[in-house]
Amino acid sequence: MSENNCVTLTIDDKEVTVKKGSTILDAARKLDIDIPTLCFLKDINEVGACRMCLVEVEGARGYLAACVAPAEDGMIVRTNTPKLLDTKKTVLELILSSHEKKCLTCIRNQNCELQKLAEKFGLEDIEFEGEYPEKCFDDSSSCIVRNTAKCILCKRCVNVCKKVQKVAAISTMNRGFKSKVGVALDMGIKDSTCVGCGQCVINCPVGALSEKSNIKELEEMLSSHKKHIVIQTAPATRATIGEEFGEKIGTLMTGKMVSGLKALGFDKVFDTDIGADVTIMEEATELIDRLSNGGKLPMITSCSSGWITFAEKFYPEILDHLSTTKSPMEILGTIIKTYYAKQMKIKPEDIYSVALMPCSAKKAEIERENLLLENGLKPVDNVVTVREMSRLLKKHNIDLSKLEESNFDSPLGIATGAGHIFGRTGGVMEAALRSAAVMLKEPALSKVEFKPSKENQNIKEAKVMIAGKEINIAVVQTLKAASEIMDEISSGDSKYSFIEVMTCPGGCVNGGGQPIIPESVKAKTDYIKLRSSALNKADEKENLRVSIDNPDVQKLYKDFFGKPNSEKAEKLLHTHYTKQDCYCTKK
Amino acid sequence: MSHCKGCKGESFNEELLEIAKRHENVPEDIIEALHEVQAKYGYISDEAQKCLSKYLKVPMSEIYGIITFYSAFSLKPKGKYNIQVCLGTACYVKGSESILTAFEKELGIKCGDITEDGMFSLEDVRCIGACRFSTSNCSKRRSIW
Amino acid sequence: MELSKKLEKIRKEKKDLTKQTRILVCSGTGCTSSKSMGVLDALTEEVQRQKLKNVTVSKTGCFGFCAKGPIVVVDPDEIFYEMVKKDDSKDIVEALKTGNVCERLLAKDGETLVKKWHELNFYKKQQRLALRNCGKINPEDIEEYIAIGGYTALEKALKMTPDEIIDELQKSGLRGRGGAGFPTYKKWMFTKQVDSLQKYVCCNADEGDPGAFMDRSILEGDPNSVIEAMIIAAYCIGASKGYIYVRAEYPIAVERLKIAIKQAKELGLLGNNIFGTNFSFDLEIRLGAGAFVCGEETALMNSIEGMRGEPRPRPPFPAVKGLFKSPTLLNNVETYANIPEIINKGGDWYASIGTDSSKGTKVFALGGKIKNVGLVEVPMGTTLRDIVYDIGGGISTGKEFKAAQTGGPSGGCIPKEHLDTKIDYESLSKIGSMMGSGGLIVMDEDTCMVNLAKFFLEFTVSESCGKCVPCRIGTKRMLEILTRITEGKGKLEDIEKLEHLASTIKSASLCGLGQTAPNPVLSTLKYFRDEYIAHIVDKKCPAGECKSLSKIHIDPDKCKSCSICQRNCPVGAIKGEIKKGPFEIDESKCIKCGVCMTKCPFKAISKG
Repeated sequence: MSENNCVTLTIDDKEVTVKKGSTILDAARKLDIDIPTLCFLKDINEVGACRMCLVEVEGARGYLAACVAPAEDGMIVRTNTPKLLDTKKTVLELILSSHEKKCLTCIRNQNCELQKLAEKFGLEDIEFEGEYPEKCFDDSSSCIVRNTAKCILCKRCVNVCKKVQKVAAISTMNRGFKSKVGVALDMGIKDSTCVGCGQCVINCPVGALSEKSNIKELEEMLSSHKKHIVIQTAPATRATIGEEFGEKIGTLMTGKMVSGLKALGFDKVFDTDIGADVTIMEEATELIDRLSNGGKLPMITSCSSGWITFAEKFYPEILDHLSTTKSPMEILGTIIKTYYAKQMKIKPEDIYSVALMPCSAKKAEIERENLLLENGLKPVDNVVTVREMSRLLKKHNIDLSKLEESNFDSPLGIATGAGHIFGRTGGVMEAALRSAAVMLKEPALSKVEFKPSKENQNIKEAKVMIAGKEINIAVVQTLKAASEIMDEISSGDSKYSFIEVMTCPGGCVNGGGQPIIPESVKAKTDYIKLRSSALNKADEKENLRVSIDNPDVQKLYKDFFGKPNSEKAEKLLHTHYTKQDCYCTKK
Repeated sequence: MSHCKGCKGESFNEELLEIAKRHENVPEDIIEALHEVQAKYGYISDEAQKCLSKYLKVPMSEIYGIITFYSAFSLKPKGKYNIQVCLGTACYVKGSESILTAFEKELGIKCGDITEDGMFSLEDVRCIGACRFSTSNCSKRRSIW
Repeated sequence: MELSKKLEKIRKEKKDLTKQTRILVCSGTGCTSSKSMGVLDALTEEVQRQKLKNVTVSKTGCFGFCAKGPIVVVDPDEIFYEMVKKDDSKDIVEALKTGNVCERLLAKDGETLVKKWHELNFYKKQQRLALRNCGKINPEDIEEYIAIGGYTALEKALKMTPDEIIDELQKSGLRGRGGAGFPTYKKWMFTKQVDSLQKYVCCNADEGDPGAFMDRSILEGDPNSVIEAMIIAAYCIGASKGYIYVRAEYPIAVERLKIAIKQAKELGLLGNNIFGTNFSFDLEIRLGAGAFVCGEETALMNSIEGMRGEPRPRPPFPAVKGLFKSPTLLNNVETYANIPEIINKGGDWYASIGTDSSKGTKVFALGGKIKNVGLVEVPMGTTLRDIVYDIGGGISTGKEFKAAQTGGPSGGCIPKEHLDTKIDYESLSKIGSMMGSGGLIVMDEDTCMVNLAKFFLEFTVSESCGKCVPCRIGTKRMLEILTRITEGKGKLEDIEKLEHLASTIKSASLCGLGQTAPNPVLSTLKYFRDEYIAHIVDKKCPAGECKSLSKIHIDPDKCKSCSICQRNCPVGAIKGEIKKGPFEIDESKCIKCGVCMTKCPFKAISKG
């Protein structure tokens, strides 16, 4: 029996009731019938282009694409008739006939949605070989590499870039067999509006998109070991790296990760979270200063690197709203090559500073000229994603799952719970409020509740009292949501005073450098929530949960920086931003 | 907004600006605007794309995607004489393909390109409806049936 | 003044339009390109010079007999002059002045001179409904359209309820003329049923089939009939805004539409509170940009919205969620052109024309190797033989009829044995072709059917939007196989592969373009399988058209070494010196264009 807002249909002889507006695919998934998909990405890419989800519907003219066809009352659907399966097998062969099949050396080998389908359909041979589309290989960016020879034109990347991030750096070019995903004016992705967030990479079903890897350089450094090699690990990495070693989504791997990195040959393993604690010290002080001294408001967080590039490319007029505080990675990198180098009596140039990041945009961040130290050194020499590091660990026979736990190295070993939650959306805001609560002696600030804004689920807002003033604050995820607020700021009617922006949906736990989860798994699990709760658990476990209480940080200020926003802190821990032009390279 | 903000030197050619401003903030007018630019200049320059992107608020990548999708739009300037060879059915049946090949050989360019001196460009077109005279080809100044 | 009174006044003033002495000059694309506008000017001048009173010279729409253009008709006697040149204007006016006809310009059926155009064999079996005003009125003057009954249907429709209009359409049995033949009344009904504040009415004038120009001629000759029908449609389904999506390659059609819309707006036929009702409607033109796929309804809508013309998955259908996500009614030009007549004369009248399942008439663009190339409109159920021989005048080359192709790249070929098929939607699809939009290409024995299939596949491959896999890659693979076969590199199993691919592409493609793309291959395989096998097994092209399988050869015995062939060869492939022995063809240079064959005065060059 179907209620008013429900429909009941039959799929492969099984009856199922779903909400009106559901697709046939939704209904089939409710029944655990595994209709293959390739282009489909819920809410983002619902185009029915790959034709792998075709189903037979009684009475319909031709097959329907289950991912977009609405489920209707009384529908009789078949997903596995011999003719349908043969059709889909041929379609799959056609995809493969124009796909560069270098699977063994492909970055997505064994984690490729196309490969899995080939296996599912038991392909033995590809009957229709022929010409391949023209190959376009673009490694102009420091973050992302595009290889159209592997592209199957599912357009997930195009629509993620456009609909989630509103960056629209890539689009479909040409038509027919000559179609390709490309950049305006046929330029390299570096010259485009691309911010390097890597959402395209983690949503690509195949190996057409990947991070720009610097793993070779790292391997050489580790093997020659001519320098003192240190690594820092970002908050979100501990909650995801386990997935690459067969652990369940949301398994916290902090101790094992540290052990693994040491086994790989790093001299010291530091926690970026301590950088996050310092960020909070600086940023909270900056905010209080702006609030009480009539500074530029709203102030916007600056730790998410894709967001910074986005602001510089799309909203040059609001750059003075950005907090000048460097990102946690850059802060820790700076501390390593200044304070730590001094303490250890190592020349800064003899330190090779690596960062394990959930992010592809960070690869471009380390190249920013205005982040170079006085001696011209980069605070961080190499950014490695979780995926790259996992590959390297595996190559060196290091299985994280099987390792004992170890602690981060001192003197920069202790981080607070506040640092851990930087890895998820809302974390920076929460961490800042915790410290502000202590600094301003307003305990209520540590228990603020955020509510989604009416206009956009990706904007969460709250009202807080700071220094006797009620201010509006917001937590924003995705650049599309950010751009809505930036439009308001540009036109001068933003109600907010402080805004946290995270580039990626869910924050760094879902960053462009994170392990790639196939769409079929994403459909069944709220992986962002699972990864975030691992970070929340890590936070809850800590005795110290407020950055300002961190003894290592306190010592750092006492020994080195003086106090937050001091002259030295300004010089080393702050930066500035400049407008970036797009599509301006001469061809 | 994911459109081009105009980059360095925000100045655009007056005539381009006039077209773009007529469609300001109306992204769905992009094809109309491209038609106007194509008609005026014979092709759509990088500058024109940036200008339309900025005023119509359409991302650069999408404009490029549209230009390369529709054969009415061209990214390259046309020659003083643009030679179009009709490859519609009626002309095809009467051998227009070999005419195109002959032009390619004679001019030393491929279909879709322009000669180095900018005098001739060569393209194939869909049926232009002059089947009676097939095979058809026309150049800028005159039609040769 | 009230609108209906305004129209009444116009009709009164021009009530004897068809009885007046008028020199009508065809101003369709075909005649225009053979300089009919020069003829128009010359005639106007001549009439003035000879001081003829009560004689008007005017543009008019396409007569359809494009092979004989430029065409001039002198009304009210319907004297039909063919291939008129500027210099003929004096004789024409002179004849008119003296009450004679200029015999040398008259058309001939065989040896018989024919005076009136309806008496020509070309027109005898035609019935011009959609083209009813082409050749009668000046398409650039809305008053002429009104004078002969234009916009009476609208006035009548506005007094009917939407359901009554739909009933009339249902009775008429009118089906979509764009190709698939979906019952028109259903489309209107579905769109009307959806509740929505905003609805749209669109006209598909993106006529893209190679060789088809029916819609262009209607728009050039009678743009107002389409506009009137769109206003009726908008009233019926509750739309307030409409778009005509027309190919930019049709400049004359675009211009005439612009004029017609402007004139309709000035009169108040478009705009607010039409005929004093609370119904308002605004109409705009959108230019296509050279993408065949935009003839597909959802691709067309994406294009109007300023995007790449990639089709959307259906359902949801445009009737529910179309242009700008609102319910949208889309019909093609010819379908609309029929509607005012149906409203005026009733659905039953319309249903009396045609066959059981297909009512009314269909316009075809006759092309290829046929004598009377042009535009013809025949009642549904007319046989192909009637069209090819009686109307078309038979094969132009004097060779044997081999097949006709209908439906363009979505259709198929009809071989000799089906010449007596009565043409309607069902019978055509039964024999593996389709009505399509109305291109009808005639082929003789020199046409290679494998090459023809390859030609259509080339078209689909270059016009595929590339969105879905089967069409993007599948058609390309089919083309590769066909190319192999025409180059003599095919294998027998290729035929099976073609059939397998064809069935996959048909059933798995996203839109009509892909779903019908394999038809030209399937139908040629059905009727001309032998030709495929000849290419594959014997490495021969029976029609001698496939270049890789044919050679052009100069018979040394017949060659008089005159060098005409050499001078005409576009690629310099012929070696030899005048009067110094037979010429020879350099195989490596020859592009097999056949120019030498046609130029040789001694018939010494042949293909084999």
